[in-house]
Amino acid sequence: MADTTALAPSAGQEDSDGAVEIRRSVVIRFSGDSGDGMQLTGDQFTNTSAVLGNDVSTFPDFPAEIRAPVGTIPGLSGFQVNFSSDDLYTAGDAPDVLVAMNPAALKANLRDLPAGGAIIVNTDAFTRNNLRKAGYEDNPLENESLKSYEVFEVPLTKLTQKALEDIEEMSNKQKDLCKNAFALGLSFWMFDRPLETTINFYEKKFGNRPHIVEANTRVLKAGYYYGENTEAFQHRVSLPQRSVVESGTYRRITGNEALVLGMVTAASKANKPLFYGSYPITPASAILEGLAALKQFDVRTFQAEDEISAMGSIIGAAFGGAFAATASSGPGLALKSEAINLAVVLELPMLIVNVQRGGPSTGLPTKTEQGDLLEMFFGRNGESPIPIIAPATSAECFDLAVEAFRIAARSMTPVILLSDGYIAHNSEPWKIPNPDDIEPIVSNYRTDPQGYQPYMRDAETLARPWVIPGTPGMEHRIGGLGKQDVTGNVSYTPEDHEHIIKTRAEKIGRIANFIPDLEVAGPDEGDLLVIGWGGTFGAIYAAVKQMQEEGKSVASTQLRYLNPFPKNLGNILSRYKQVLVPELNLGQLSLLLQARFPVRVVPFNKVQGQPFQIREITHKIVELLG
Amino acid sequence: MSEVAVAEKLTRKDFVSDQEVRWCPGCGDYAILAQMQKIMPELGIPREQIVFVSGIGCSSRFPYYMNTYGVHSIHGRAPTIATGLKAVNPDLSVWVITGDGDALSIGGNHFMHTLRRNVDVKVILFNNRIYGLTKGQYSPTSLPGHRTKSTPMGSIDYPLNPLSIALGAEATFVARTQDTNTKHLGEILKRAAAHRGTAFVEIYQNCVVYNPTAWDHTTDPNVRDDNILYLEDGEPLIFGKNRDRGIRLNGLEPEVVELGEGDSGDGLLVHQEDYKNTHYPFLLSRMGHPEMPLPFGVLRCVDKPAYTDMINDQVKQAVEKVGDGDLKDLFHDSDTWTVE
Repeated sequence: MADTTALAPSAGQEDSDGAVEIRRSVVIRFSGDSGDGMQLTGDQFTNTSAVLGNDVSTFPDFPAEIRAPVGTIPGLSGFQVNFSSDDLYTAGDAPDVLVAMNPAALKANLRDLPAGGAIIVNTDAFTRNNLRKAGYEDNPLENESLKSYEVFEVPLTKLTQKALEDIEEMSNKQKDLCKNAFALGLSFWMFDRPLETTINFYEKKFGNRPHIVEANTRVLKAGYYYGENTEAFQHRVSLPQRSVVESGTYRRITGNEALVLGMVTAASKANKPLFYGSYPITPASAILEGLAALKQFDVRTFQAEDEISAMGSIIGAAFGGAFAATASSGPGLALKSEAINLAVVLELPMLIVNVQRGGPSTGLPTKTEQGDLLEMFFGRNGESPIPIIAPATSAECFDLAVEAFRIAARSMTPVILLSDGYIAHNSEPWKIPNPDDIEPIVSNYRTDPQGYQPYMRDAETLARPWVIPGTPGMEHRIGGLGKQDVTGNVSYTPEDHEHIIKTRAEKIGRIANFIPDLEVAGPDEGDLLVIGWGGTFGAIYAAVKQMQEEGKSVASTQLRYLNPFPKNLGNILSRYKQVLVPELNLGQLSLLLQARFPVRVVPFNKVQGQPFQIREITHKIVELLG
Repeated sequence: MSEVAVAEKLTRKDFVSDQEVRWCPGCGDYAILAQMQKIMPELGIPREQIVFVSGIGCSSRFPYYMNTYGVHSIHGRAPTIATGLKAVNPDLSVWVITGDGDALSIGGNHFMHTLRRNVDVKVILFNNRIYGLTKGQYSPTSLPGHRTKSTPMGSIDYPLNPLSIALGAEATFVARTQDTNTKHLGEILKRAAAHRGTAFVEIYQNCVVYNPTAWDHTTDPNVRDDNILYLEDGEPLIFGKNRDRGIRLNGLEPEVVELGEGDSGDGLLVHQEDYKNTHYPFLLSRMGHPEMPLPFGVLRCVDKPAYTDMINDQVKQAVEKVGDGDLKDLFHDSDTWTVE
């Protein structure tokens, strides 16, 4: 039995007889049944690595089914962690280490593992039945098929049971559930990481069930000591802390978590309640759950009966003077589009988040894609301009949620924020800002009835005033019918209609006056510009950086502001001989750029439900530049 | 309170907006609008605290004509907008104006969920059993066999009963009245206004152009009193021009009985608005013409916490429990590390 009081040696400490190899960057992928706790395992590995001072980037990959048949490939849940002594931009193209909890995990992930990669397998799961379910005719552990890899065979299930044999409160099945802690402990040993962070996590999460804390802690340590005491694992790898990091306090954050914090911050900075109306949908539900737990921030969450109601409710809340938001994914946005158009016509401020997933229709609920860009631009009846912004990273979701509300309140308009399944779940270090340093958000309120008209407009922004019901002397009616500008009265007059349509377009166009210029990473002019938008930033930036280091004349830039585009975009596009546009769709930004600017672009498209790999983009750049 | 004092001085005219009313001449909506404008000053609510929200349809033009706050929204969705509005502004008096198509067809889902949540809004359904704005197609309350532009051989849809739907969703206030029955209409609207929770009122409303005979049996002075059962809390169910008929239960079925001279109505059902369960009002809602009289009045009125109050209570409870949220603490509520 492991000692429950002494903690494992802290990171970096040299063991008596163990050699520690120093590396700059490692990618580890945990894969197992969706009930095996792989997300938690990956999460803990990431937390510990981040706290240790490495940069981290993660890629959780889980099935749409909650519990697909145990032991099968569709039932797999995976979590890839890239951890590094240098700056990271993606979760890594390919794993260096694969932790496979069963034969299906081995079979599904092996093709991603480069020759020479390490595999840790739970041999106890390699039963005839599991092999059959994974589609293996022969046991790969018993033939030559894995000979180009370094394979560590560990009877994880048996060792876990053994570590817990004297805990009577737990059934064997419950004990089995702890085996992820063994895999985690072993991984901590291999990569020279301390156990404290995870043990603290167990205490916090399971504190009211001491035997669960005890069991997980014990198995975690058992895994760690198994590494320490087993000859096969004597080769350890350690990664020094990142050397150049901006000083400050950091935490990990996923895109969805960052949106939650961003929305709460925006409302707080405007001194307004936050109303969030939403219908559960993958991959956006975590935002609803996150906000529902923050009522003490004057947050009201409304789980609506459907997507339409969610959208309607935030229109009502915005009319009522709250900062209102909703989030959904592709199918939900399709349902919301009619009500979004009402919001456009009512000219009320609100935030609509689309966490994009693979489409069309139900598509790939748990996978990422950028297929909704044109839908957000054009997928509503009539001329219906909406500002669209897209965070490039998980952490940036915080800044852009605040920015979205700033734009919404300044210009009195709904704003669409386009996230995606990748950055929603990817986690990375976030330098925690001081909320006092964030500029207050000023709204276009009016309480003076003198001369008030519902659609009178600010000369600079063209925003109409925001007048909240309850304000005496300013009773007014607004609606979805065609209307006269200024008075807001219903009007079918041809001139009135054209005027207000053009005014709304102009209002959104003028937002370009308030947004930052687009910046380019690399030379100001040259052979190639690689331009992306949203969550593909990491792969594009890292690929271009590599190419620059190889001496190529190439720059990259990432659009956060899609509607309107930054004012200097046309100028930037004109300064390069070629423009490459990588997108996780069939060329939607490409289409927009070619429509708006005198430029021929080279689309580079991928629709596999997976993010770009760095090497896919470098190969494309090499293909273009030779 | 000064605000109330100001409100008391308001008159019907204060609730008339500057917009020209554009319903067809003779439309039942005029009578409803007039009653609404008449009762508003009697509610003692400042005008700026009142909001009318509507969907799409003839009735949904209503907010434009009320000099209060208002939103003319999209088809069937008014309850969703009203819910969001009321959730962040629990002191407002929020009214949803809807029709049989708006509430029961395209907006059926929102209608049902608003009622079951007991959102504190007043839902006023103008039922004319026809699609008027789109010029005469049948609606979800049109009777079987009804010939309309879209049912030239007669409707083969079975209709919905708005009261039964509302009671099925366990609405806490359910009532029925009629456009031309102005006194009764005004009383019911005032009762609805006083209810905390969703107040659902079905108003039989006449579409003079596309379905002008729909409610003849409840408007024709010769027969209406024989076809309407006026509900009074605590009173036996007696109706008829001469108040000579009553309703009693035969097993689980209500039946009409003739009352003899001097018959006080012993053994008749006695109306009670606040039965905890919905069996009794549901039974009333199923009474249909011509077999039975149609109940007018308040079928159900019970107290139950409103969603829009509870959503705000939870905010207060959270603050009481953990204090006002602090962004710094929230940002740091995770494993953190510091780089010097």
